[in-house]
Amino acid sequence: MNSVGAAAAQALQLIVGADPKLVAIVLLSLKVSLSAVVIACMVGLPLGATIAVGRFSGRNPVIVLLNALMGLPPVVVGLAVYLLLSRAGPLGGMGLLFTPTAMVIAQAILITPIIAALSRQVVEDAWVEYREQLRSLGETKFGAAMTLLWDVRYSLVTIVLAGFGRAAAEVGAVMIVGGNIDGVTRVMTTAIALETSKGDLPLALGLGLVLLAIVLALNATAYVVKETAQRRYG
Amino acid sequence: MVISRRSIGGWVLALVTLPLCAQGRFITVASTTSTEQWGLFAYLLPIYEQEARVKVRVVALGTGQALDVARRGDADVVFVHARSAEEKFVAEGQGVKRYPVMYNDFVLIGPKSDPATIAGSKDIVAAMKKIEATHSPFVSRGDRSGTHMAELELWRASGIDLDKARGAWYRDTGQGMGPALNTAASMNAYILTDRGTWLAFKNRVDLKILVEGDKRLFNQYGVILVNPEKHPSVKKELGQQFIDWLVSPAGQKAIASYKVDAEQLFYPNASDSNA
Amino acid sequence: MDDGRIGFRIGSSLLPLRLENVVFAAGERRIIDGVSFDVHAGLRCMIVGPNGAGKSVLLRLCHGLLRPTAGTIRWNAPESPGGPRHQAMVFQRPVMLRRSALANVIYALKVAKVLPEQRKQRALEALHKVGLQALAASPARVLSGGEQQRLALARIWALKPEVLFLDEPTANLDPGATHEIEKVIDAMHAGGTKIVMVTHNLGQARRLGDEILFLHRGRLIERTPAARFFRHPQSAEAARFLEGELPW
Repeated sequence: MNSVGAAAAQALQLIVGADPKLVAIVLLSLKVSLSAVVIACMVGLPLGATIAVGRFSGRNPVIVLLNALMGLPPVVVGLAVYLLLSRAGPLGGMGLLFTPTAMVIAQAILITPIIAALSRQVVEDAWVEYREQLRSLGETKFGAAMTLLWDVRYSLVTIVLAGFGRAAAEVGAVMIVGGNIDGVTRVMTTAIALETSKGDLPLALGLGLVLLAIVLALNATAYVVKETAQRRYG
Repeated sequence: MVISRRSIGGWVLALVTLPLCAQGRFITVASTTSTEQWGLFAYLLPIYEQEARVKVRVVALGTGQALDVARRGDADVVFVHARSAEEKFVAEGQGVKRYPVMYNDFVLIGPKSDPATIAGSKDIVAAMKKIEATHSPFVSRGDRSGTHMAELELWRASGIDLDKARGAWYRDTGQGMGPALNTAASMNAYILTDRGTWLAFKNRVDLKILVEGDKRLFNQYGVILVNPEKHPSVKKELGQQFIDWLVSPAGQKAIASYKVDAEQLFYPNASDSNA
Repeated sequence: MDDGRIGFRIGSSLLPLRLENVVFAAGERRIIDGVSFDVHAGLRCMIVGPNGAGKSVLLRLCHGLLRPTAGTIRWNAPESPGGPRHQAMVFQRPVMLRRSALANVIYALKVAKVLPEQRKQRALEALHKVGLQALAASPARVLSGGEQQRLALARIWALKPEVLFLDEPTANLDPGATHEIEKVIDAMHAGGTKIVMVTHNLGQARRLGDEILFLHRGRLIERTPAARFFRHPQSAEAARFLEGELPW
């Protein structure tokens, strides 16, 4: 099989050539997935931290539900968001279907449970260590949740990256709500799906390698930043 | 501090607002995977967009799905290839009027080994019968696309009741044309495809055209404006303007001039009122 | 804060603190078994006793981190729930946030609802008092154990609490660091903060204590001025404890 070699050559050519169309697709992928991660963090991190420090009835079912939602099938999310944003749907009037915004919404829904569930675990572990000290100082539950979130920020980096990875790699939901429109909603994964269906497997695999390279670069940067900071701040 | 708490708010704002920028004048066209994959739109749309100063956004789906998206009011124009489904769409009041635009043809693809010995035939019905009789592997789209509907029509014309004849030899993939072709290539199976997708398809392995040229393989495309009375969000003027261009001499000439490897893929026939 | 304190505010002083028949049970086991005593302003109280006597639990009950199973713990003028605290606690192992030393002190001032413009000044003063001014910008978690415990004290000093509970604050420290901590505790006492401290270290209890509360098997066995406790303990248990016959 020399198609892997062909794909690698194709990927190299794509990266070196910096084809403007490819650059646009890569930038859109990053914009969409990063926006989704930001929104998912704004919802998921406080949610996870609040559940971590909270003591309320139904807490355990909520945790189980949250953990289960990490496995949400993207196509189901895509379909739900499609029905929501469709002209015939409840939010149809906003005209968001087949726009990058719709893709951001779908990805944010997909990864919010991941961010919330994983940060719940990390914050809860920290809460065991900090609880007496923070209560002694008179900190409120909500204040403690926020303080802990900031204190476990290096561990959160990994969680946020996991969320970003899932968002950037996802194809089912963005295909449905974005429509894979050339120049408007075509991102890396839908472009890969399109090239696969054209039978241009080397190009599809090449695009896949480009996606992998981008995710890898992002992860490496985050890792270095995290490690350096962690060594300095303990 | 590497991440300052105060700067996070700024990042959040910058990122969230990035993809939400205004998009200008555009229409949404629900079309078929095949039209998108051939590169027809990549060729046609820049010509039109420059003339009309309107962006055309194509969402490529199977014909059945494309009509469903339009039924929900999510497209302004549908551009598909299944005449009976299109006429039904108009009869339901979902579409304003169907215009024939162009045609190309389906071809029957199969492995070079040709277990059903149909190569070179011009009789698609005889070929379909032989495939069924020999239980040679056959890949079906199975996704209510125009090609799938055409395939079902051919089985019916061959006098084969697919519900009874269906067996392990008949592979219902539920996928788009390209993935179905990939499946056929890996299984050395027969498959019905439109010629354009076949010409643009690169992963052929052992597949080649076995049957072509039968009148019954004719593949007609039509374009319809989604009914603005049913779906007020439809961009009536811009949509109709695009349709008018497609069926105008200029549009028809542009369609005729699109070639892949020096081979013409589409034959404009907007003037044929029977198409 | 769930500390189960009920009472009427007479004047503005937290003290005296009154415990009446306080019981704390974990399942069947009574860790604190009917303890009553008063804590008044002034004298430095040392709580001593053999291992498993319930010293740390008693301290947590007083501070409000645990709720008694039975009995009452009543302050003269309780803190309002959710309001700033006027009592504080130093733990055996200080818990520092992943921020600079200064930011850790400022954080405590923020929780105590000190006005933003006063926080930095007060935090710097507190760091100066414990001799950590040079390390103000250092990340708190990379400080040594002794430095972290001094920082914990600075964090509390900045709050100017009326009562300070300490739970074996020098248990993990070497003699030099222990001495530094004792100096700070003494200075806080001189500044008017009531000291209530659990310690394993009898030498420390002798150096810092004005009175000794001797706890054994969840009960308060005796309460004696420090000078007399070490020479003439009143109970047989305390005598055996001082002779080293009870497990530490």
